[in-house]
Amino acid sequence: MSFLPHLLLAVLEGTVAAAVLALSALGLSLVFGVMRVVNVAHGEFFMLGAMLAWWTAKMMPGGPFAGFIAAFIVAPAAVGALAFLTERLLLRRINYDPEATIVATIGLLFVIQQMALTFFGADAKPVAAPFSYRIVFPWFGYSGYKLFVVVASGAVLLGVWWVLSRTRFGLIMRVTQFDRETATAFGIPVNTVYSVVFVAGAALVAVAAVLIVPIQQAHYLMGLDPLLMSFIVVIIGGLGSIKGSVIAAFMIGMTDGVISVFFSPTLASIISTLAVAFVLVVRPQGLFGAETR
Amino acid sequence: MTARIVLLHLAVLLLLFALQFIASDYVILTLTRIMVLAVYASGYNLLFGYSGLLSLGHAMFFATGLYAAAIGTTRAGLSVPEAFLAATLIGVVVSSIMGVIVLRARGVGFMIVTLMFSQAAFLTVLYFGDYTRGDEGIVILDTIRIFSFLGRTIDLTDPLLRYNLALALLAILVALILVLVRSRFGHVLVAIRENEDRTAMLGYDVARYKFIAFVISGTLSAVSGATYALMFAYAGSTLASIQYSIHPLLWTLLGGASTTLGPMLGTGVMFLLVDFASGFTNVSLLITGAVLIALVLFFPKGILGSIRQRYLKWLP
Repeated sequence: MSFLPHLLLAVLEGTVAAAVLALSALGLSLVFGVMRVVNVAHGEFFMLGAMLAWWTAKMMPGGPFAGFIAAFIVAPAAVGALAFLTERLLLRRINYDPEATIVATIGLLFVIQQMALTFFGADAKPVAAPFSYRIVFPWFGYSGYKLFVVVASGAVLLGVWWVLSRTRFGLIMRVTQFDRETATAFGIPVNTVYSVVFVAGAALVAVAAVLIVPIQQAHYLMGLDPLLMSFIVVIIGGLGSIKGSVIAAFMIGMTDGVISVFFSPTLASIISTLAVAFVLVVRPQGLFGAETR
Repeated sequence: MTARIVLLHLAVLLLLFALQFIASDYVILTLTRIMVLAVYASGYNLLFGYSGLLSLGHAMFFATGLYAAAIGTTRAGLSVPEAFLAATLIGVVVSSIMGVIVLRARGVGFMIVTLMFSQAAFLTVLYFGDYTRGDEGIVILDTIRIFSFLGRTIDLTDPLLRYNLALALLAILVALILVLVRSRFGHVLVAIRENEDRTAMLGYDVARYKFIAFVISGTLSAVSGATYALMFAYAGSTLASIQYSIHPLLWTLLGGASTTLGPMLGTGVMFLLVDFASGFTNVSLLITGAVLIALVLFFPKGILGSIRQRYLKWLP
């Protein structure tokens, strides 16, 4: 292959990577935006979503498509339930203290990882895509499912944006984010809002996992990568700014795709991290973040 | 400095010295590891416990020392003391550079950024697999570990000698930490932890104090890493992974953050716990996670922190 087809491949891979990033960072960004806590177990919620997608596909008769649809119900529901328990039994009891939350969710990360290892085993589990259409370019074929992931992730992002900016519940979330105490004074049940946001964040990352797992494979250690990539995205985009996250996801995803195709994925990860260093030095609050109050 | 504080620390060190005459080979080896890693935990505690900066990336400094010592002895042809010295200096340089960058972030941002840089360091270790040998790791040959120093032959394969060297290192560390935290410098760090803006307003150069604490903490971690590599003849990428950034946090929290002896105690107790549990099944991750959650929920001050709060107000 000559240079231009290579570049096309890199751009395609970059777009897919960006969509995957934006989708997996969305939950983290939402939770941080409203609750001001960082959920380090975010990546493990992703891993659980992927594992459940594999498990559902295995249990469900009727081929990959039926399994895919079933996973869309099972994975977010189960991961959401776990998130609900986490919020009630853990985060609420430590009063959403930012540092304690990080330490506690690191603990949760290890517990979930060990559980997944015990129950699902250490081997990587492939999940078949719901359809296997290949787009044929003159130089190479490209998975149609990967492009479907891009479209689906765009749809999910739009949906979240719509809820946040156009519905009454979105308004309540934004009010809680802006000023927790005043919101309480106006009779907004802040604790319920926190519950809903935390569960929604987890369900979103589970949806991301179900979409993404046919491209990757389910493995009990797979959670670390989406976690770190989400961190990179939310830091560059500005903690708590969803718009910033999406733009950052595209910047990082494109760079990642191009460097991965032309050089090596490890180098791409190292460079993304160094990009964060640069952003921090130039603009500590992130590219689109406002100063924290 | 009151006499009982000095006496307490001397007593702990004497007890450790006396243990070598009664303990079994296995206990000696485990205690040596605990003491070397306690240096790591104490260095961490200086930053987390006293200055209030929660780093999730200290494995990068530990790994810096580890690989500087391992590569120094096996590839650069340095002797063990030279490699140790080089590793310490590289530790100072790396933690200074990192300090300039990561200290720009505050609060939650600081934790995330340290975590990410540590992961980048881990990936770098894997990326240069030709030098670091990745997962498999570098083994330092025994011929290198038996060397002559100041006219005497030192044999790092001898368990008792290793034990006493580790104890000597720990003694130096305890003295250093004790002097540091009870000095003016230590008090300013605590003031920063309690209220950074007010400390700045009182005229202290907060950024400079944080930077110095960061560099000392990172260097102590590198010293611990270098000692670990030289004493146990191994440097592998697992020792640079995120888990090794979480370990000193866990040990410090368990023993009691911002107590001088807490990190040591926490390291020891955690080793006991994992050792005890691995008799049944391999669940070290689960234990680590469960202990972290339990500490945060029920026991945020750790063992010595709680003892200080209830009974011994004078405990440093």
